[in-house]
Order: sequence, then C-alpha cells, then structure tokens
Amino acid sequence: MKVTRVMIVAVGGQGNLLAAKVLGEAALLAGIEVRMSEIHGMAQRGGVVESAIVFGGARSSLIADGEADILAGFEPLETLRAVAKCNKNTVVITSTAPLPPFAAAVGKVAYPDFSSVQKQILNVAGSLTAFDAAELAREAGNVMAVNMVILGAMAATRRLPVSEEHIRETIRLKTRQNFVETNLKAFELGLSQKS
Amino acid sequence: MHKLLTDEPGKKMLLLGNEAIARGAIEAGVAITAAYPGTPSSEISLNFFQMSQESDLYFEYSVNEKVSLEVTAAAANTGVRAMCVMKHVGMNVAADALVTLAYVGVRGGLVILVADDPFMFSSQNEQDSRYYAKLAGLPMLEPSSVAEAKEMTRQAFDLSEQLQEPVILRTTTRVNHSTDVVELGPISKAETRGTFSRNPMRYVTIPAVSRQLHVRLLDNLDKAMAVAEQSPFNFSEGSGPGGIICNGVSYNYVADAVQDLNLDGQVKILRLGFTHPLPEQLIKDFLGGCDKVLIVEEGEPVLEEGIKALAQEAKMTMTISGKDQALFSRLYEFDPALVREKIAFYFMGADTTATSSPARPGQAGLPPRPPTLCAGCSHRAAFHAVKKAAEGLDVIYPTDIGCYTLGMLPPLGMADFLICMGSSTGTAAGFSRTLDKKVIAFCGDSTFFHSAMAGLVNAVFNRHNFTLVILDNGTTAMTGHQPNPGVDMEKLGLSGYGRIDIAEVVKALGVPHMAVIEPYKLKKSIATLKEAFAFEGVSVVIARELCALYAKSLKIPAMKPFYVSDRCRNHKDCIDQLGCPAFFIKDGRVAIDPDRCTGCAVCAQVCPENAILPIKIKASPGDKI
Repeated sequence: MKVTRVMIVAVGGQGNLLAAKVLGEAALLAGIEVRMSEIHGMAQRGGVVESAIVFGGARSSLIADGEADILAGFEPLETLRAVAKCNKNTVVITSTAPLPPFAAAVGKVAYPDFSSVQKQILNVAGSLTAFDAAELAREAGNVMAVNMVILGAMAATRRLPVSEEHIRETIRLKTRQNFVETNLKAFELGLSQKS
Repeated sequence: MHKLLTDEPGKKMLLLGNEAIARGAIEAGVAITAAYPGTPSSEISLNFFQMSQESDLYFEYSVNEKVSLEVTAAAANTGVRAMCVMKHVGMNVAADALVTLAYVGVRGGLVILVADDPFMFSSQNEQDSRYYAKLAGLPMLEPSSVAEAKEMTRQAFDLSEQLQEPVILRTTTRVNHSTDVVELGPISKAETRGTFSRNPMRYVTIPAVSRQLHVRLLDNLDKAMAVAEQSPFNFSEGSGPGGIICNGVSYNYVADAVQDLNLDGQVKILRLGFTHPLPEQLIKDFLGGCDKVLIVEEGEPVLEEGIKALAQEAKMTMTISGKDQALFSRLYEFDPALVREKIAFYFMGADTTATSSPARPGQAGLPPRPPTLCAGCSHRAAFHAVKKAAEGLDVIYPTDIGCYTLGMLPPLGMADFLICMGSSTGTAAGFSRTLDKKVIAFCGDSTFFHSAMAGLVNAVFNRHNFTLVILDNGTTAMTGHQPNPGVDMEKLGLSGYGRIDIAEVVKALGVPHMAVIEPYKLKKSIATLKEAFAFEGVSVVIARELCALYAKSLKIPAMKPFYVSDRCRNHKDCIDQLGCPAFFIKDGRVAIDPDRCTGCAVCAQVCPENAILPIKIKASPGDKI
C-alpha cells in the first residue's frame, strides 16, 4: 500500500498527541499499517510538540525534510517552522489563530503576520488550507477541540488512508466520554473546510 | 484495569514504545521493578508505578539509578525477575554497581533498560551507552521497533536466566517515543518471593572472590556469544555484493532506503539486535559475501570498530565504512532521507550535494519557542528573590538538573555551570576555592536526594564557602511529577511511604547556617537570603513552595488571578524582571491572561506602582480586567 506521511505540529497543551492517537487508532480499526513518533520534550513548559504518523508499509516512523504528504499545524508560526517537511505535493492545513511565544507576546520580537506565513508556506508546499480552528472549536462547544477540527480538515483533503467513518468511530471509542459529542461536532466543522 | 494488564493474548493494541517495554516485562512475569525517572525512559516507570497499585508487581521510585540497580540486583539474586529502568546518563550513576554485578551475576532474570537520547532532545549529552555492555561484559539487546521492544524485553528475562547475567536492553528516543501496533502475548504469573543460600565466597566481592568471578564472567561472555550467533534478533535479508550492517532505528531507515532505491539484488542487510557480544562468526560469514560494507549506526562507531577488527582477523580486505566525513556523523540522530542519501552515495555513486539543501526553508528569523518556567512557577519567585538579595555581589551560580535549569534563560539568567545530576554542590565547592566570587548554587528536592546531598556533606566536612538554595517544589517536576523521598505521599492518596524532611537532613548534616523561605513572599525571602549570603561557610536556604502544575493536579484550590489596573505606568518591570508567561502586551499595555495566572502575586510585589491587583470574584463596574 502507498505510504502516506502526516506531520502534526502544535504548541504544548493544544492536544496534538490526542489527534495523532486518533489517527493511529483509526488505522488500527481499519486494519491499515501505521507507525508514529513524537517529540514532546517539555510540552508542559510551553515548547513545541511534533507528531509523525506514517501509514502504509514503511518501517520508519520519522518523517524527513521534504517528505510529508500532509502537514497540519494547530498554530500558524509552528506550521511555518515545520515547512521544511513539505514538498510541492504537500497539502498544508493550518489554524490561523496565533499563540505567540512569550517574547512575541510581550513585544520583544515580532510575530510574523499571516500573509507572510502564507507566502512562505506556499513557496515550499503544494497547497494551503487556512482557517481559525480555535473559532470553530469554540463553535463546537470547547476551545480545546482544535485538534478535532484539524482532524476534520485533514480528512477533508481525501489524502488520509483512513476513512471519515473510522475517525468518527475512533473519536467515539477513544476520546473522553463527556467530550465525544463536542469532539464529533468539531470534527464535522473541520471536515466542512474546503481544501 | 490498567491497559497493560489486559490478559487477552492476540489482542492488538496501539502502544508507545515505553508502554510496550513495560508490557513485555509484565508478560515475562517481572516481580520487582525500580527506577529513577529520566526522559526518554520515564513512561516505563510511570506504567510500572500505576500497575503496582493494582497487581502483585512491586515498583519503587528509587532515590537514584545506582540504588535502583542495587535493589533489583539483590531481588534477582533471590531468584525473582526484576527490572530497572534509566536514561543513558543514569547508567553513569549506576555504573559502579553495574560493573561488579556483572561479576556476581543473577539467578532470576534482571533486565536493565537504558534509554539513549541521540540529538539530546531532553538530555545534557548524547553518550552511547553501548560502551557499557563492553565495559561490564554484559549481553545487550537493541530493538528497532516498538513491537520488537516488547518482544525483546520479554525474551531478555529468559536470556538473563539462561546466562545468569543481567541483560542490558538499550533503546533510543525514537523507540521509546514511537507508537506501533503491538500484539499482546500471554502474561506469566510473577514469582514474588525468593530464596538466598548463604555463600560468601560466591557473593561477597573481596579480591579473592572477584578473581574467580571474573573468570566466570568471561565464560559467560563466550556463552553469550554462542547465543548471539543463533539469535533470531540477528538476521540478514536481501542479496547482492553490497552489505549493510545496522542496529536499532537505523535498520528502519536502511530497509526503507534499500526498497526506495531499488537496491534489491545489489545490497543485503545484516540487522544486529543482539549486539554484545558481537556474533563473530555470523558477521564474518556475512562479510565473506560482500565486496563493500556500510555500517549504519547512530552515535559512536561501536559496531564499526568491532566489525573492522573481525575483518582483519579473517584477513578480509573489502572496504568497510561508517563514520566518515562523507558518510555518517557521530553527532545527533539519523533520519530516513539522510540514510537513503548516504546509501545512494556509497553504493550507487549518487551525488548527494543536490538533495541536501543548504538551508532549511521556513527557519530563518522565526521567533523561537523555548520551553519556559510555567506561569506562577515558584522557581521564578525564588530566582527573583535570590537576584535581588545578591545585588551588589559578584556572583557565580552553579545549578543542577530540573525545571529550574530553565532559569538560565532571560530575563532570569540564573545559571552559570551545569554538568550532571547533583553537580550543584560539588562544583560550588570547587568554584569557591578558586574564585573571589560569591558562590550561590541551586538544586531541586529530587536532585538533592539523588546526589547533591553528598556534595553538601563534603562541603560541611571540608569547610567550603557557598550558599546552596534548595528549590523544594514538593515533586520531581521536570519528568512528570514523580515522587521523591521528600514528597508527601498521603497527598497522592498513597500509604506505606516514609517522608524525609530536607530541613531536618540539612540540620543533621551540621550545616552551620540554614533557613527556610516561602518564595512567593518576596520581601521576607530577600531578607533571609541576604543573611545566608553574608554567612562565611556553608549556608543552605530551602525555598519551599509546591510546583504550580503539581498543585493544580492535586486539585489544591487556586488563588485568585491578578489583573493590571489603571495605575500601571508601563514600567514593564513585571515583564523585564520576571518574564511570567501569563503576561502579554495588548495595545501597548501590559495585561495578564487570567486563565494562565495562578495568583502567586509575585509580580504584584515587583510592580513599582502597585498596579497589579487580584481579580475580585465579582468585578466592580469600574475595574478593567
């Protein structure tokens, strides 16, 4: 089966690892080979969290520069920081809601404006779907559901080897029971994003 | 029930490498487990800790890695199965026990997991722990994948009992923190009670005994090699005149590259999983069919040196390459593209300059996102108090390993020297002997018990001159809030533990000047610290305040968050001196994110205008929030 490489980047606390886990569990449910790796050093201290999900027969669970099929970022600066993972066929999804690092939040360094982020991403990648995932998560009923919104947008690309239904089923089975409804709603809102 | 105790052989589960390793130990019937936490191995001990609360499994957070190895070594010498878990640098701490334990051996299986961290995602060095297998003369297994990690862990116990030696299971971050589908096997019931027959001439390592035991160890190494020759963990695949020998995660990159480059029929692979002692005959046989050989291993040229020596012995003259300017570096970790590129270069003569882009796109000029001390972190308060109390002094700050190491970053800048766990006190002593500076060292509560305490004893005895500030936040915060001997286990709802009061220890060690501060109370803390800094000789100040994240997890009622009122004149001392991540600038004015503010009130004490005030539960109409 064709190998599909998905990279997810976020700021610690945004729920990146749960998004990756849902994709992994959905693959297990669908009987698709999957390997994942994560770097979450000091996530609770506001650092960057990266997850790589590799579907298909590859043995490596790492994604090298230029080799992601999908790059999904929960925060525009972090999406841009990971753009080296992209090539001309990479589909990029990003939330436009910024979470400025401290130095930028207090005005010591400039946070790049979105048009520049967009331009730099499109210099490297094939396409970009950008929207305010935090707003959609709020609309779904929980601002913490950004991860589910982005999952929906990933499914909308039709580049994932797992089906929407497998993802929905995984959300039902593997996310916290009292959040399932909100999570599913957030997923659907993400799914309706045009890519 | 804990998911790793699921007794459904054949069931497939998505597991993190560290979960798979813990599961492998459970399947093997492990009875006694011990660890000092350390990334990337921490989730193994966390899972043992959790499972120990609902099964026969014994687990302890030991005070340091050496003690964890001693605990498990003795248990294994009563015939039960035991495992101890550490990060690579922990092996340095445990090494004294390790090397002589190899002489003594074990009866029940003992598996020592050591997790290396190439690229140093969360470590102070990227040492290659494979040298410990050579140094101690112990068998070593190295998995390439998560599923294999479970299988190797399980079988390592059998191997340990077969050879009567501890087995080192060596992983790297990319195994520990990868996730894979793992098929569960049956769980063996753990034997939890052991026996011990007195035999000092076998177990007490005086020179006369050790001279015999070293002979025994070398015999066991020969036996281990015979097992390695037959081990299914060493296998070859593919065919062709080219040969690649690899281990660990490198094997994944090699296998993918050989496929991607269509090198089937041109290059064969020897994957070594039982890597010490090297299966000499197997390697010689593999080399015999090759006209050139590439060794793909992260870290040091451990395989390369061994394999080149074997080729020399066998009078083979083919080129064998590995670590080389044009090939692989000893630095950092590999990735699939790098390995593919080097294989293409080595076997196909492909020019690699085109594919390795000089600059990564999207990196230049981006604001970095370094990890920071949390909003309301008590370390920030303590650092600020120390800085104020030390104003006018020429100071050097030796520090230690924990969250507070992040105090090196601006605006705090409270770290000048760090080498290892516990080094705060020893290095403080050295600096105080050669510098005309005030020496103020920092260590945490867990680090104090781990090894900084020994340096403090030394300082009292040798009459050194420094102040040690113990940042006691009531937990081992950096690695995920594990307990340590100073932690109140009752607060976690756990009984059966003692508790050691750091202040009592410091007093008992005869430290001539000791004080305790509550770092959120800045004025009092600064006054107390000044007294300690003025003291000639060893002084200790214990800054006692719970970790803000830990307090939250204990559901301790939060204090009211603060806001910046109209009185603010935009001095920005709060931002420039404290750098608490709850602050941000909105429309040119300082503001506080009430969702992040923990109400520690430290900034309110720093503000020259007293402009930072607690949010009243019911905000009055005039209050700007």
